[in-house]
Amino acid sequence: MIYWDLFLAFFIPNIIGYGGGPAIIPLIEAEVVGRYGWMTSQGFAETLALGNALPSPIATKMAGYVGYEVAGIGGAFVAVAATVIPSLLLMLGALGLLYRHRDSPRVKRMSQWVRPVIAMMMAWLTLGFFTESMAASGLLHTLIIGIVAAIALVRFNTHPAFVVIGALVYGGLFIS
Amino acid sequence: MKQTALFWAFFRVGIFGFGGGPAMIPLVRAEVVTRHQWLTDEEFADVLAIGNTLPGPIATKMPGYIGYRVAGISGCAAAVIAVILPMIVAMIVMLGIFSRYRDVGWIRGMGQAVIPVVMVMMAQLTWDFFDKSKAALGWLISIAMAVIAGAVIYWLGVHPGWVIGAILLAALLRPSRKKRAEGAA
Repeated sequence: MIYWDLFLAFFIPNIIGYGGGPAIIPLIEAEVVGRYGWMTSQGFAETLALGNALPSPIATKMAGYVGYEVAGIGGAFVAVAATVIPSLLLMLGALGLLYRHRDSPRVKRMSQWVRPVIAMMMAWLTLGFFTESMAASGLLHTLIIGIVAAIALVRFNTHPAFVVIGALVYGGLFIS
Repeated sequence: MKQTALFWAFFRVGIFGFGGGPAMIPLVRAEVVTRHQWLTDEEFADVLAIGNTLPGPIATKMPGYIGYRVAGISGCAAAVIAVILPMIVAMIVMLGIFSRYRDVGWIRGMGQAVIPVVMVMMAQLTWDFFDKSKAALGWLISIAMAVIAGAVIYWLGVHPGWVIGAILLAALLRPSRKKRAEGAA
């Protein structure tokens, strides 16, 4: 059942994804592209690019869009609910318990131990985008866009929205 | 009405909150503590600390909890919807238009050109997560955990949920500081 699959695909990344929104991205990719094949790697990259250019949390934007693509408004609702509701219910239900443990070393350890794994998955995803771009646009365009984007983002702290817009202009003019 | 105030407060947070969840926290604070005085500074810090003990996006847990505290279930719904809905609709509309004209050469070129940008952003996140991991665990343990987890996930084909679930469980149940974290994976 598609709604159940959508629920699981977003519930699992969000319930294990310690470290905030960005930590969830490679976990969602593993479900949406890897496990269920709802999206191609390129489609996922496009979604992520637009998601990074727009405000508001990345996890719910991804869930809303992927859910809508897969199963319409109902799908969007299920995917967003799976993203938001479980951890929110935990927070409302177990507030007292969590309050006592908010400085607990165990809780800190949980996000600390998960981080290297997430970093590895992010590195893997970076590599995946590289091969995808090589296949779609070739080495020259990949290098030009990649290097300019890296300089803009890292060196000059340019807003991601402008970097994405710049790439769109470049792509519209020089790749086709 | 409190629900309306909550809605517009978190609508502003959602619209101006560029850069993902953690970047939105100062905006939430400006609305909730400074503008509306729904929470004091200390309460806000506690809610943030509690939110961080749980998985999932911080930018929906905080509005949800604050909305609930101010105006019950309907306040919770108003705050969460205000923060997430506008940009979900924007995504669906913009990507919908984009996919309709995918066959046009220069539009396809635009789609291809954003992949290297996302690659760079993901590389940045990778570095950021590894750097934080290095600061907490040291580079040796960080690399060892990353390599072992990578081999289990990508070489053995184990679902990442099992790997991370096992690590979370080990972190939670282990009574004292232990040296070998990767044993759990």
